[in-house]
Amino acid sequence: MEGDSVKLIGFWGSPVVLRVKWALALKGIEYQYVEEDLSNKSDMLLNYNPVYKKVPVLVHQGKPLAESLLILEYIDETWKQNPLLPRSPYERAQARFWSKFVDDKCAPTVIAAFSKGGEEQQKAAEEARENLKKLEVGLEGKQFFGGDEIGFADIAIGWLPYWIGIVEEIVGMNLIDAESMPKLNSWFHAFLDIPIIKECMPPRDKLLNHIKAFLQVLTSSSSP
Amino acid sequence: MANEVTLLDFWPSPFGMRVRIALAEKGIKYEYKDEDLRNKSPLLLKMNPVHKKIPVLIHNGKPICESLIAVQYIDEVWSDRSPLLPSDPYQRSQARFWADFVDKKIYDAGRKVWTTKGEEQEAGKKEFLDALKLLEEQLGDKPYFGGDNIGYVDVSLVPFYSWFKAYETFGNINIEKECPKFIAWAKRCLQKESVSKSLPDQDKVYGFIVEMRKKIGLE
Repeated sequence: MEGDSVKLIGFWGSPVVLRVKWALALKGIEYQYVEEDLSNKSDMLLNYNPVYKKVPVLVHQGKPLAESLLILEYIDETWKQNPLLPRSPYERAQARFWSKFVDDKCAPTVIAAFSKGGEEQQKAAEEARENLKKLEVGLEGKQFFGGDEIGFADIAIGWLPYWIGIVEEIVGMNLIDAESMPKLNSWFHAFLDIPIIKECMPPRDKLLNHIKAFLQVLTSSSSP
Repeated sequence: MANEVTLLDFWPSPFGMRVRIALAEKGIKYEYKDEDLRNKSPLLLKMNPVHKKIPVLIHNGKPICESLIAVQYIDEVWSDRSPLLPSDPYQRSQARFWADFVDKKIYDAGRKVWTTKGEEQEAGKKEFLDALKLLEEQLGDKPYFGGDNIGYVDVSLVPFYSWFKAYETFGNINIEKECPKFIAWAKRCLQKESVSKSLPDQDKVYGFIVEMRKKIGLE
């Protein structure tokens, strides 16, 4: 019998795996972490996530779950301490909306801004900045997306500025700055200052090298 | 406080249909507003400034955007009747997973079927049919994805059935032949008033797609 065992299958450099790590840490849930070699996926991963074959996969009492935002919902519903989603259905809808917006719009346009060249890059960077400004609206009147304390959307979105900061350094382009996006900028710093958040993050140098290599692959595959 | 519910929608949108079905399942009275997407109303632009898209559910003046988010909202607010999501967290996660799969696969693959030709269209057709077959497997022997009654996955998926005549005609595919269980499930859903009143006729959608294809220069 598996009992109450919790296993997280992940990759150290994955921002979406980080979301799940943050959620588990905030709830104080003990779990076994299994690192995947994404260039040589294990049979275990392929069995647990046959549809997408991706990380993260959370296995609870022997049952697998995939897709990071869905895993967050499951964690919140199964372990009731330190709720991630707010109580009001309207606020819950907002949290889900902003999380989805980052995945559907912000992340792809940010990646495009860093991986395209010439005129296309300018256009992509403008689009990325527009999306980031829209994201700021979610912080209106609040310090965190969750209000006075971090919640579902903060955990879902918190990786983005961290990754952007590293890529800005590599590529020499600025997407988030204190002047044009003051709320986003101060939210980001406040979020990363939280000890439990900091503890789960991958080491910056290691991540920088990993992202550099990733960008090289992206730019070489998109150049003529 | 009075419950004022408005739905900003566009009649052929499968995403809008999802919200219509959810509202009907819960027996909620609402005002339906059909948008002209080439001339979006000030209300739509105000209620969904981020995406400027339908559907938008407006409840007591506050907007909820993105169809599956709106369906979950409806399920949470009117939780006293016809639950769409199961109560067990693992089963809920599975329902969300498959509804998310529908979002990722069905619309885009289906779109390739009616907007492209040649190799791209063949790839789209394969993707589309493979996705339907995977969903058939998930359905198994159950009458609905939700079990004995329609649930979250049924609501997220059945709207695309109204587009099947268009997919079949322009893709030259026979979906019933490839996925008979899927068609049987869809017809079963249509026997429910909440679904039959929310889905436009396949012929009407087909006519709309014919016009769309002309506009994008495909005819």
